Amino acid sequence: MNVILIDDEPLARSIVREYLQSHAEITIVAECNDGFEGVKAIAQHKPDLIFLDIQMPKINGFEMLELVENPPSVIFTTAFDEYAIQAFERHAIDYLLKPFSKDRFDKAVSKWKYNRNVTEINTDELLENTSQPEERQRIVVKKGINIVILPINTVHFIEAFDDYVKIHTKDGFYLKKKTMAHYEKALDPKQFVRVHRSYLLNIQELTRIEPLEKDNHIALLKNGEKVPLSASGYSKLKEVLGI
Amino acid sequence: MAQAVVLNQSGITWGIAFADAGATQLIFALAGYTINMSMRSYQPSVRNSIYVLLWCMALTTLCIFAQRWLLIDMFGENDAYGAFISKTMILRGGFGLLMMDMIAILTWFWVYVDDRQESEKRKDDAMQLAKDAELSNLRQQLQPHFLFNSLNSISALAGSHPEEARKMIQQLSDFLRGTIKKDDSSLLTLDEELTHLQLYLDIEKVRFGHRLNTVIEKQEESISLALPSLLLQPIVENAIKFGLYDTIGEITISIIARKENNNLMIEVTNPFDPTTAIPQRGTGFGLSSVKRRLFLLYSRNDLLVTTQAENIFTTTIKIPQLA
Repeated sequence: MNVILIDDEPLARSIVREYLQSHAEITIVAECNDGFEGVKAIAQHKPDLIFLDIQMPKINGFEMLELVENPPSVIFTTAFDEYAIQAFERHAIDYLLKPFSKDRFDKAVSKWKYNRNVTEINTDELLENTSQPEERQRIVVKKGINIVILPINTVHFIEAFDDYVKIHTKDGFYLKKKTMAHYEKALDPKQFVRVHRSYLLNIQELTRIEPLEKDNHIALLKNGEKVPLSASGYSKLKEVLGI
Repeated sequence: MAQAVVLNQSGITWGIAFADAGATQLIFALAGYTINMSMRSYQPSVRNSIYVLLWCMALTTLCIFAQRWLLIDMFGENDAYGAFISKTMILRGGFGLLMMDMIAILTWFWVYVDDRQESEKRKDDAMQLAKDAELSNLRQQLQPHFLFNSLNSISALAGSHPEEARKMIQQLSDFLRGTIKKDDSSLLTLDEELTHLQLYLDIEKVRFGHRLNTVIEKQEESISLALPSLLLQPIVENAIKFGLYDTIGEITISIIARKENNNLMIEVTNPFDPTTAIPQRGTGFGLSSVKRRLFLLYSRNDLLVTTQAENIFTTTIKIPQLA
């Protein structure tokens, strides 16, 4: 069984390495300092399990997982992240609180061995249903092999697209495997309004609302793009704008 | 009632006696109420008590006239009673004045006690607030992330490098002790504050030695200047966090202190990525609480300034040197 350790503190990785010495069946195939290295190493090695820290440079552990296709099982290791710990509890995901003992570590590893499939399903649910505080400030996306960090103010609107969403910015759109419902909940409702079943609009980008035949309206954005408004979306938008 | 009996014995009919007593009592009750109300809103010092006396006298005079007018109006045709009223005016006045003064003194005392209790409570509240602030300050110093990650590093070192683990326990203990014992309003020299800061930097270097470089430059004449205790540490902590989590690769945090026009100037810089920086981090909780503390201590809002140039974020504090 192959594992990858992802933590920005070398000493934090070294204790996991030390604890793993007694698990002869487990091999460490890579160690990573941050999420960028993590995404690459996971794609390259396709590990069975990763040990993942949450607070890391540029992108956090959750954001890193979102960039990985078919993420492996995860055992989170964290010192103190209240919202993350609540999320783990809610989705029955095992996590290790630093500093952790060898006993506690062994327990987490054996629990994973017997419930591997369950762990993976729970991780998917965790990512879909957890809105991390960072999401109100940035969205991390992938374009080809590059990882792009979009400050939330640069997002014009979000559009539903099958199992994905298209995140529209001035430089075009980025695809991300998330639902509209996730972003409607995660983003600031005073800034992003669900104006249509398939559209979430950043009201800072809005210049005009134009009537379209009958009850329908359309929103005109600063860069000339148009976003359709449903009847209920139109009234919601008016409410947020206070008109 | 008692007044009516006395009056009746002086040869006044029961009807008039009761009316007289009732009117007198009513008028004095009104005057007493007036005194009571005015004393509640105006608590005179001993020197100003003459005004209260004058106020009582004026009210008494007013009462007497009111009494006289009311009673003569009612029973004016009764000559014997009219004469009686004129005769007893002085007595009534004296009695009234005595009553007014008594009410004034009692009210004064009552308001005084009440005030004392209130100010005691205010003092208690203020002390509680100060204590809460101190505690939250302490909590802020002991960032749980910093503390638990440091303990985790010690745990890792304990297996492979026990000597280093022991050293780090020592550093962490010294740092915590320094944080706990310092009181919020005391002044330290820059030299003392930098010694405490060094403990913090040493611990962070155990955790992030592979990425973190620090540079400390201090002008010779700045080292004996004074600054509020534990003011610099949250600024440096903010710079380290900002630098480490907003960039990848090695970073240098610089701390430069100099003397300028009788002010201690300290400049802390960290690298950041202007394309992705989250503004809240830059002026985050750490810095706003430093700003608040500077305002409480010096009543000035311009002592902490942040600037951004290219990819360097700079926090500058100015500490006025009193005396």
